Amino acid sequence: MPTPRKRLDPIKVILEMLYFAVLAVILLAFLAPLLWMLLNAFKTPLQIIKLPPDLIFTPTLDNFINVFRYQNFAQYIWNSVLIAAGSTGLGLLIGLPAAHSIARYKQRLFGVIILVARIVPGITFLIPLYIIYRQLGLIDTYLSLILSHALVTLPFIVWVMVPFFEAIPHELEEAARVDGASILQTFVQIVLPISGPGIVTSSILAFVFSWNNFMFSIVLATNKTKTVPVAIYNFISYAQIDWGGLMAAAVLITLPVLILALITQRYIVAGLTAGAVKG
Amino acid sequence: MHTFLDRYARWIFPLPALIFIVAMMIFPLGYTLWNSLTGWSLSAGRPPTFIGLDNYVRLFQDERFQGAVVRTFYFTALAVFVEMVLGVAIALFLHRDFRGKRVITSILLLPMMATPVAIAMVWLLMYEPTAGIINFVLKQVGLPRGMWIGANDTVIPSLVLVDVWQWTPMIVLICLAGLTALPRDPFESAIVDGASYWQITRHITLPLLMPTITVAMLLRSIDALKTFDIIYTMTLGGPGFSSETLNILTYQYAFYYLHFGYASSLLVVFFALVLGVSLLTTYLRRTVEV
Repeated sequence: MPTPRKRLDPIKVILEMLYFAVLAVILLAFLAPLLWMLLNAFKTPLQIIKLPPDLIFTPTLDNFINVFRYQNFAQYIWNSVLIAAGSTGLGLLIGLPAAHSIARYKQRLFGVIILVARIVPGITFLIPLYIIYRQLGLIDTYLSLILSHALVTLPFIVWVMVPFFEAIPHELEEAARVDGASILQTFVQIVLPISGPGIVTSSILAFVFSWNNFMFSIVLATNKTKTVPVAIYNFISYAQIDWGGLMAAAVLITLPVLILALITQRYIVAGLTAGAVKG
Repeated sequence: MHTFLDRYARWIFPLPALIFIVAMMIFPLGYTLWNSLTGWSLSAGRPPTFIGLDNYVRLFQDERFQGAVVRTFYFTALAVFVEMVLGVAIALFLHRDFRGKRVITSILLLPMMATPVAIAMVWLLMYEPTAGIINFVLKQVGLPRGMWIGANDTVIPSLVLVDVWQWTPMIVLICLAGLTALPRDPFESAIVDGASYWQITRHITLPLLMPTITVAMLLRSIDALKTFDIIYTMTLGGPGFSSETLNILTYQYAFYYLHFGYASSLLVVFFALVLGVSLLTTYLRRTVEV
């Protein structure tokens, strides 16, 4: 508990300095690997393995250029964007009405069933889906990846949106109904607009989770629809690891996510614990 | 048209999601359950014929499975323990006002939002025995260099370190949110009574924070049991089988050996374990809250 102080007490000043020193160490520990990634993405292969490492050096863009030249990286980024956007869109389309219904009619059981998707190991869905997709010839198609990534986005969207919808006063919807609006009109014209912030945050986070997903993609995307995480992993399958290219690719995939995360930071904790608080 | 929708809205609104859930979750779960009772293997050319509980009998005699169970719990227990202790400590440390606190929470968000595969690659570079920065620093300060993910006995702690780096921030952020929401009264009266910071922390803050801590622990345990990306991309379960957890083993049986039946029985057991742990933690949480 900080108390207002008028005179500078030397012991307090030292304690304060100590406090911020410890704080700096903690922050550095959590930042260091990311900074290391960024730093090495701009180094030549020789500079990367040089010890002690140069902290000041002439940065090179070669790694980034090579990633796009020798790997089909632009294609992988496009695949990731398409699949993440598709599965987020699908999650919103079917998740928003469901979340509203769960909130409005207290369909708790349905909510819990959706939550099970968070508990079940993802691979449980993967074996059956792989078998079914194989039979339908859907392996390595955008459709199969969007559908399976929706297993990640849908539960998330539902569990973030249920509390949002619950917070909307009943009277607001009833007033619209009395004025002759249908339930669909009420939902689209009244409920959705006031839930804007929640929808934006949950979609951004759902997008990030799909973008980060590795397991579904490594099984279901073999070539044409390969996403960035799988592409990065394939980098190290070669005998000689190109650390520079690897770090450049890692920066390329992480940077957009981190920017999105910072935009939505206020809601992230709430989002990550969604479901657990109520379930 | 509108009246129909209006009358049955409570069934029509959740319907698309329900269809999706049935087709993509419940049906696959049932299918996995059925597969676990068959000897289906693509690689051995065995068709999906019913063999009863044979897979389960074999599974419990499978030493690779037993090892994976032990390793999964070892990894989870170690990771969650370290994350909880560090996370709560850092949250208590940060729980005061100072300028730029929002910057701190922003930085804490980064490890857990970053793409796990990218994170794994950086740690791979840092753990690299000869060219990696970690061994270099250790050598500079006169400590022995480690093999990290390259040796049987250090591979799991090394993977745990990555998990700790990535997920301690989540515990910190959840606990910080919990701390901010605590009632003021108990603290004020304790200060009036002349209690020290440690007494307040031990007898007031931590007990009041307990529900939040258990929620955080529940979430972390479920996810830690299922850790896949980091382990698969960094070690593939190696060296040997020394970091092969249940998730990795199932993946190998299913998509490397293509033993769909056997892998399915493994999944059923795995799922039961995760469910058991979640129920146990939920139960603990209830007892704590009373």
